[in-house]
Amino acid sequence: MSKRIVIDPVTRIEGHAKISIFLDDAGNVLDAEFHVVEFRGFEKFCEGRPFSEMPGITPRICGICPVSHLLASAKAGDAIMAVKIPPAADKLRRLMNLGQFIQSHALSFFHLSAPDLLLGWDTPPPQRNVFGLIASNTELARAGIRLRQFGQEIIEMLGGKKIHPAWAVPGGVRSALTNEGRAGIRAWLPEVYATSKIALDLFNKILESHKREIQIFGNFPSLFMGLVDAEGTWEHHGGKLRFVDSSGSVIADQLDPQKYYEFIGEAVQKSSYLKSPYYSPLGFPDGMYRVGPLARLNVSEQMGTPKAEAELKKFKKLGRGAVSSSFLYHYARLIEILASIERVEAALEDPELFSEDLRADAGINSSRGVGVSEAPRGTLFHDYTVDRGGLLTKVNLIVATGQNNLAMNQTVTQIARYYIRNHDVPEPLLNRIEHGIRCYDPCLSCSTHAVGQMPLQVRLIAPDGAVLKIINRGLGQS
Amino acid sequence: MAAKTLTIDGKQISADECATILEAAADAGITIPTLCHLEGVYDVGACRLCLVEVTGISKLLPACTTKVAEGMEIRTDTERLIRYRRMTLELLLAERNHVCAVCVANGHCELQTLAFNQGVDHVRYEYCFPKWEVDNSHALFGMDHNRCLLCTRCVRVCWHIEGAGTKNVSGRGAKARIISDLNQPWGTSDTCTKCGKCVMACPTGALFYKGSTNSEMERDRDKLEFIVTAREKKQWIA
Ligand code: SF4
Ligand code: FES
Repeated sequence: MSKRIVIDPVTRIEGHAKISIFLDDAGNVLDAEFHVVEFRGFEKFCEGRPFSEMPGITPRICGICPVSHLLASAKAGDAIMAVKIPPAADKLRRLMNLGQFIQSHALSFFHLSAPDLLLGWDTPPPQRNVFGLIASNTELARAGIRLRQFGQEIIEMLGGKKIHPAWAVPGGVRSALTNEGRAGIRAWLPEVYATSKIALDLFNKILESHKREIQIFGNFPSLFMGLVDAEGTWEHHGGKLRFVDSSGSVIADQLDPQKYYEFIGEAVQKSSYLKSPYYSPLGFPDGMYRVGPLARLNVSEQMGTPKAEAELKKFKKLGRGAVSSSFLYHYARLIEILASIERVEAALEDPELFSEDLRADAGINSSRGVGVSEAPRGTLFHDYTVDRGGLLTKVNLIVATGQNNLAMNQTVTQIARYYIRNHDVPEPLLNRIEHGIRCYDPCLSCSTHAVGQMPLQVRLIAPDGAVLKIINRGLGQS
Repeated sequence: MAAKTLTIDGKQISADECATILEAAADAGITIPTLCHLEGVYDVGACRLCLVEVTGISKLLPACTTKVAEGMEIRTDTERLIRYRRMTLELLLAERNHVCAVCVANGHCELQTLAFNQGVDHVRYEYCFPKWEVDNSHALFGMDHNRCLLCTRCVRVCWHIEGAGTKNVSGRGAKARIISDLNQPWGTSDTCTKCGKCVMACPTGALFYKGSTNSEMERDRDKLEFIVTAREKKQWIA
């Protein structure tokens, strides 16, 4: 017989989630599950809409990564029109994606994770947040907030507004970069390079001080998936898919992302609205894989830019084969910020960003279109099927949080096992489980952003379902 | 032609005897909100947004279809009118599925602009959430019934400017809808000349150029007026 502990809600991840921990009779952890309870039915209610509206609709899925959905959606539209978009449009989309990586990763690291990492696990919740960080590490917090602003400005210079820019469209983009836009972005570069360096130096210290976390925060073998180019270099908006296993060996390479259904299966979990994708040749659950910064660095042989390349070399030394601790998602995120800044700098030199040839035009030439792009949190798939007029008859979205769901469960299990003994649920457990989840920076389709509050509830439930004990913690919670 | 003298909002004006209240007001620099009215085609008084008060008449009268008369005292801005306008807009919004955030006409929609100007920050009526379809069968244009107000501008431009007679209204009340030819997919219409005047006339995102995304539908309505003026004044005949 098992008991169930429920922690609900988890704060500082984008959305509403709860965690159940299953105990055995001895009061030790059997298993744990991270439930995603938000369900917004996007796939269903897009049916019947023209596919061309999707870049306007899908960014509404998530208030934190609208750009990722925008780009994947426009790409799926390109595939339905069966066009090759103008080179300028591709470059501009890439530039926007880099802006999105920077702003999203900066938010994850500085706003959401740094308070735990720098202020210490046992700082009381009212201080262990971005405001506490501003009070204690003013300069760092300020630099982090500005780094995010830099990413947002790139998006704004291209898309016109920060949130939900329907700027990428099937066939290309609506507008080019302007000279002022370029000058604006350029002016930021020295500052954001400096911030990136501060963060990386800081993380090197965290590597020393958080050895136990590296051990128990999701350190387990799994596959990793991400886009790479033909040479195996880090990719974010093109290229082909690669899987590596925990030994770091490439087990599949240059897979056509548009045919993901030939090698990715989707298991539906009873306890969660998320689908759990897996690498189908290995079956479920053996084919479980992780996506996102950690995975992308594990599948990449090189970063393609010098500063990030030097960091990648250091990063690779942290694993035997693949780097398998999810705690190191943080490190990978910081390296990706640096890589993105370097790529932004290089992109600004390209005169094609000012081109007027931005949009290919065509009718409906394919009844199915798949758009794949790396989102900050991991590979994102938009798969649309349309009728002859271009109205959607089927929509399938595979998001990063879904792909990482099994890994998140395993991370929570690992942390819970370490702390829970004989029904004893020590307070430090809660903070650490939350952080374990936060390593994946999951976006849970809700932009609730409970900064400064950590209402937690742990329920001990007897085998017969009776609630034995409720542990409440938080502000004004009962 | 004889002129009539009248007052609008206390302002003494004179207007041509066959002018409508709407035209007379426009000449005097007074704006009355409209929605089904479109320069270049005749008026039908369908939307009731242009209602005005006329002293001595208990009913409210639509400015777009009511002719001026000698000595008329007209008010366009009473509290009652403002209240009714708001209510009319709210009813229009509740009747079908208007989701500005993801609409092709967002930012260029007459319904949205009017609602904004009249201070409609919420709708007090229950939304109907009807299930309407999108007709995307035409090679160039699409029609989303979810966003249609039944203003019939498209029908009027189709019949009276283009002369094709493709667009029509079928059904009554809440079931009324714009159809093509004999209620068939637009793409199969024999009469449609693909001129696009209906798309240009539509005040919302109901009619759109195929392939449009969020906020992309901007229309050049002056073209319609230009064609009509040129035709009436025989500007094209050398
Ligand atoms: S389709 Fe547009 S122009 Fe035609 S009736 Fe509806 S709202 Fe009016
Ligand atoms: S404008 Fe007069 S009733 Fe519509």
